[in-house]
Amino acid sequence: MKRFGPFHIEPVQAPANSWVLTVSVAAVIAAFVAAGAIFWAFGINPLNAYAVIFVGTLTDRRATPEILRQTIPLLLCGLGLVVAFRAQFWNIGAEGQLLAGAVGGTAVALFLPLPGPWHLAAMFVVGCAAGVLWGLLPALLRIKLDVNDVITTLMMNYIALFFVEWLVHGPWKGQTARGFAYTDTFPATAWLALIPGTRVHWATLALGLTLAGLLAFFLARTRLGFEIRVLGENPLAARYAGINPLKTIVVAMIVSAGAAGLAGVGEVAGIHHKLLAPDQISLGYGYAAIIVAWLARGSPLAAVLTALFLGLIFSSGDVMKVALQMPFRITDVFNGLILFFLIGSERLLYYRVRWAPGQAVPDPSR
Amino acid sequence: MIEYLLDTVVRAIAVGTPLLWAGLGEIYAERAGVVNLGVEGMMILGAFFAFAVAHTTGNPVVGLVVAGGVGGIAALLHAFVAVTLRANQYVSGLALAMFGIGLTGVLGRGWEGVPLLATLPEISALNYLSVVAAAGLWFVLYHTRAGIVVRSAGESPAAADALGVNVYVVRYLCVIFGGVLAGVAGGFLSVAYRPSWTEGMTGGAGWIAIAIAIFAGWNPLKAIWGAFLFGALYYLSFRLQTWIPPELLRMMPFAFTILVLAATAGSRRGEGAPEALGLPYVSGQR
Repeated sequence: MKRFGPFHIEPVQAPANSWVLTVSVAAVIAAFVAAGAIFWAFGINPLNAYAVIFVGTLTDRRATPEILRQTIPLLLCGLGLVVAFRAQFWNIGAEGQLLAGAVGGTAVALFLPLPGPWHLAAMFVVGCAAGVLWGLLPALLRIKLDVNDVITTLMMNYIALFFVEWLVHGPWKGQTARGFAYTDTFPATAWLALIPGTRVHWATLALGLTLAGLLAFFLARTRLGFEIRVLGENPLAARYAGINPLKTIVVAMIVSAGAAGLAGVGEVAGIHHKLLAPDQISLGYGYAAIIVAWLARGSPLAAVLTALFLGLIFSSGDVMKVALQMPFRITDVFNGLILFFLIGSERLLYYRVRWAPGQAVPDPSR
Repeated sequence: MIEYLLDTVVRAIAVGTPLLWAGLGEIYAERAGVVNLGVEGMMILGAFFAFAVAHTTGNPVVGLVVAGGVGGIAALLHAFVAVTLRANQYVSGLALAMFGIGLTGVLGRGWEGVPLLATLPEISALNYLSVVAAAGLWFVLYHTRAGIVVRSAGESPAAADALGVNVYVVRYLCVIFGGVLAGVAGGFLSVAYRPSWTEGMTGGAGWIAIAIAIFAGWNPLKAIWGAFLFGALYYLSFRLQTWIPPELLRMMPFAFTILVLAATAGSRRGEGAPEALGLPYVSGQR
């Protein structure tokens, strides 16, 4: 125990939720302050900039629903990463799994004519399966050969990226696309309904929210969820308990990559209605989802809130582009800084600060 | 035929050099026990600052020096979070990668398409120096006291600490050293290899450098052929452009990385990762 002015500082084992929230919010604010230096470097008053961003994002009739629209892929990918990280599997490949899902969904939309709602349903099923396929290889390599999962999942992102590039430049290039690199537009049966006046494809959003509830139940109440948690928190104990790491990691990765695949289908069926350049399908949702999962600290329900927060950052990127003439890449600066401050502040979680003025009792242990 | 072969070797060296510089840096950071996944971020920062400085001063060497400095500063950030604050090294490195890509995207606006007159040749002393550096770093790592200190910080920090080694200082220095090399590697791309600035121009080279560190078994000498093998493959993939679409060819280095990591997984036993890799160290605690 230490004294610091009128404060007592003592180590704690398990931090209270309120303290976790306080530290997280403080970290995010610190990141905003640090990012302010960039505005300042461009000759923009940071306070002014933030005022413009928040007012612009939160009050504009067109910009506000964009928060929800950006939240959808972030939520699905983030939920998947919560499960993967819980099993200590470093899935940095949500971006590639999302793209794989988009490809799977597009294949069904363009080449498998099905009647009415069956078309969309099949797109989601195939897209989910494509995402899983993309995530399974790194999982198997890690389990069977102990190959570093960070590297393999990342490499799979680049492979997916160039694969999509190839599809839209080559075999799947649309009849009507002329000089542009995208596929034909999907038939109407492959379009997701939007909330009128917005770009929010609510069915995918509902899917994400349902998944959040299901995963919370899965992790807390089922045997498999329990095994994932044990394997992640104490691999040695997991082995003594007879938990099969192969099965557990594969299950975690199926959930993780499948969710990202669903996000990919949502983007092409809800927003673009065609497959196009990979950096237009995903604005880096798969990478930003790492922050969604980390900020949620392993809780699927908290991921709903953190995905909303990241959705706010992404939609503010558009506002910054228009109102402040900042490149969209500025969102990556925000994301990087938030992640830095978030993990940098984690040490603080394991100390409790108590307000105790005037109690200068000498430490008996000295 | 001879000409073709020679051409391949030259191109392999040109492409492999930045991979080798960055890979050597990562080997030292990881040997000291710190994973730095921010290589991509440090490289792109180096690439941008080298280009901007070379353009402004008219001296590409100054650009490279500044690139090294910027890489070192970025690595210092990672070292502070990973060593002093003992945060998760993987996440910290990823944050650094995002930050670097984002910051250069913002600062680099307006620099795209700007011609650079002050360039270095694609093949220069820098390429040969990278091989000499690899040999030197290998010698230091395996045959000097300093090398033992570095390796012990990554293998058994508690034992090193007990023998009077300041594990924190060693880790800081190695991570910063890695950042300097990554910065120079990025600078090489923008002032020598392809004298230009485009957003995201490192295009994943940083991740491949990390993979090279792994399949070289954290041995600087083996990183030489790892890097140039990648260089050769990269070049050969371009020669295939007549038959195979370019998008699929650009996929190859990444697919190849996975393949090599998987293929060498079994043979790497015995020269595995440093024992304490990725684990934060607390003095006086087991």
